[in-house]
Amino acid sequence: MSEALDPREATYVGRRTDGTIIKRPMSPHLQAYDMLQMSSATSITHRITGGAWAVGTLVFVWWLAALAAGPESFANVQWFLSSFLGILFLFGLTAVAWYHTLNGIRHLNWDAGRGFDLPTMYRSGRAVVIGTGVMTVLTWFIGIIAW
Amino acid sequence: MSKPEVNSLRSPLGRVRGLGSAKSGTHHWWMMRVTSVALLPLFLWFVYACFVLAGASYAETKAFVGAPVNAVLFLLLIGFLFHHIANGLQEVVEDYVRPELKRMLWLFAIKGLSGLLAMIAAFSVLRVAFT
Repeated sequence: MSEALDPREATYVGRRTDGTIIKRPMSPHLQAYDMLQMSSATSITHRITGGAWAVGTLVFVWWLAALAAGPESFANVQWFLSSFLGILFLFGLTAVAWYHTLNGIRHLNWDAGRGFDLPTMYRSGRAVVIGTGVMTVLTWFIGIIAW
Repeated sequence: MSKPEVNSLRSPLGRVRGLGSAKSGTHHWWMMRVTSVALLPLFLWFVYACFVLAGASYAETKAFVGAPVNAVLFLLLIGFLFHHIANGLQEVVEDYVRPELKRMLWLFAIKGLSGLLAMIAAFSVLRVAFT
């Protein structure tokens, strides 16, 4: 066996009946696992959107720092945010934020011990996906009217 | 089979209460919930702020962010947001990054960067409010 870097790897060492040492099988990995189930798909999307939103806050900090620095630097942020790339970024961030928020509420509901049964889990998952679409479009609709 | 040995006067429950393998019990998990609940109304307020500030000039934006109630809400948002981000990303790193040293360096980077960004954002709000 090669050097084990992770203590968990020790639990994967097993022996066949003839005594030879083997690495025992791990739980199903990406290739063997259906990623399009409501349970796992909404779960990993929650993580991805959380990470994406965290990266997106860099622009929020840039915006605040530029506002504090003065009109010239603020004009730079406004230029980026009103560019094609900036609008695309903001639209993506809106969808990411609504998904993470709505699925976060779903998680808080689970934390309260409710909604664990499969039919409810599928229904709440669909509600989060549809809700994300509706809230993203609604946010931009109101945003453009307010512009 | 040998009997389990007890060489402490404290009860088993008393010894594990609030600790566990992470030595901090459920504190990390619980703070994720506390910050997420706090961020729900703050996020809705931020969406409202975005509507107000859409197409606003530099002076208008400065007046809005610097207004007492808005500045306080921005500071609250920044505090809860970066606490939530640092702890959330920590969870992801602890799940996926091996070995121990690499994981520790990632955690240093996440905590350090979150703290730095939170300070820059909070200082900016204060500067806008007080100048």
